[in-house]
Amino acid sequence: MKLKLTQNQKEILKKGWSYLFVLPILILIFASQSCNKKDVVDKDKPISDLSIYNLPSKWTNQNGQNVEIKDLRGKVLVMVMIYTSCKSACPRLVADMRNIESRLPDNIKEHVKLVLVSIDPEVDTPKRLKEFAIANKMDGDQWEFLRSTEENTREFAAVLAVNYKKIAPLEFSHSNIISVFNAEGELAYQQEGLGVNSDETIKKITEEAVKLN
Amino acid sequence: MFPLKKIITFFLLLICVTLFAQEVKMVPIKGGTFVPLYGATTKKPVRVASFSMDVYPVTNAQYLAFVKKYPDYSRSKMKGLYADKSYLTQWESDFSYGKNNLSNAPITNVSWFAAKKYCECQGKRLPTMDEWEYVAMADEKRSDARTKEEFNRYILSWYEKPKTYSNPVGQTFKNYWGVYDMHGLVWEWTADFNSIFLSGESRKDKDTDKNLFCGSGSVNATDLMNYAAFMRYAFRGSLKANYTTKNLGFRCASDK
Repeated sequence: MKLKLTQNQKEILKKGWSYLFVLPILILIFASQSCNKKDVVDKDKPISDLSIYNLPSKWTNQNGQNVEIKDLRGKVLVMVMIYTSCKSACPRLVADMRNIESRLPDNIKEHVKLVLVSIDPEVDTPKRLKEFAIANKMDGDQWEFLRSTEENTREFAAVLAVNYKKIAPLEFSHSNIISVFNAEGELAYQQEGLGVNSDETIKKITEEAVKLN
Repeated sequence: MFPLKKIITFFLLLICVTLFAQEVKMVPIKGGTFVPLYGATTKKPVRVASFSMDVYPVTNAQYLAFVKKYPDYSRSKMKGLYADKSYLTQWESDFSYGKNNLSNAPITNVSWFAAKKYCECQGKRLPTMDEWEYVAMADEKRSDARTKEEFNRYILSWYEKPKTYSNPVGQTFKNYWGVYDMHGLVWEWTADFNSIFLSGESRKDKDTDKNLFCGSGSVNATDLMNYAAFMRYAFRGSLKANYTTKNLGFRCASDK
């Protein structure tokens, strides 16, 4: 018994040498990790109470990638709910979004993401969203088209205070609201109506985005 | 012989007790079609598939059990995104509804998010607005009593009664389906409450508006029924998902 123990101890001692080499490397790794953490300190901050990043729902974008709402954290979000087969209000809402995007000052553009969420996930497949993005010249990185399940969509609409109802196949009645969220996902401003003056919306987006410069 | 009977009855009782203790009573609702009174965009009937619905609204005691299991939904932990400041204000503390609230009174001051989560945690869901209205049009005897004047007067008289939310569940009438408290106790959340358009955005409900606001001199049963339904839809239309108020509760439903 005793002999065995000492043998074991010897082995441990032998291995101990290698630990001496490994240890500094481990320390280095940990040190560099904590440095990394400092760089993204924003993302480690707890999500605020009123933030949409509390929403756990999963979405798919126009490129077929899986997206969680909280993946968008750190950008000012301009969000609207639409459906691609819409012929009445949505084209104007989409035009409003494009107009807002084109009027954003260059120095903040990289901090802004414009998000269009489909209220018709059944029809609006990622492929269809992609086609819609291209057709409407909204194919840049600043544009994000999202779809999820019917239930997640209903919940998301509830957060945005957007009402919608399917009134026929390929026809929905819906609120025309463009919402601005700050980098922490808190509602900063809402623009209601179609073709309304977007000055105030752009001002709010700029205010929030400048903070990130 | 005698002890055997005793043993059997004992076991039967045991089974019954455990069954009823765990399950909140639900009743099956046979599907069908109906024309909703208000909010319908066309006059076409809406189809409701068969489903099950809680017999009573969710009570303080039941909600307390939920909050204990999911403390994130307690009063002090609840996130602002999911409920406004009046969430559960009538309760004494996070985990006590206090002496001023009956254990079997309906839970109120809960947001849509909270109600939705509660039902999900029971393996259920909130009823849709069409489902809720479909069940709510029944009186004691008929599945659709909307054209009965007495039925409408009953509903409207409740709208005038103050503080019915502090009453226990199950004291109003039992309807055709075996469901209580659809009228007379509290307003209730529905899954798609945010699908209502009563403002300028509604495109096709103008006809109904005219019926409601430009009523002719006499008030008949149809006017009363429109008015009662209008009140419900208008109330839902005024809600946001994080709103909580003391006369608004909920119950759950499930697909068969």
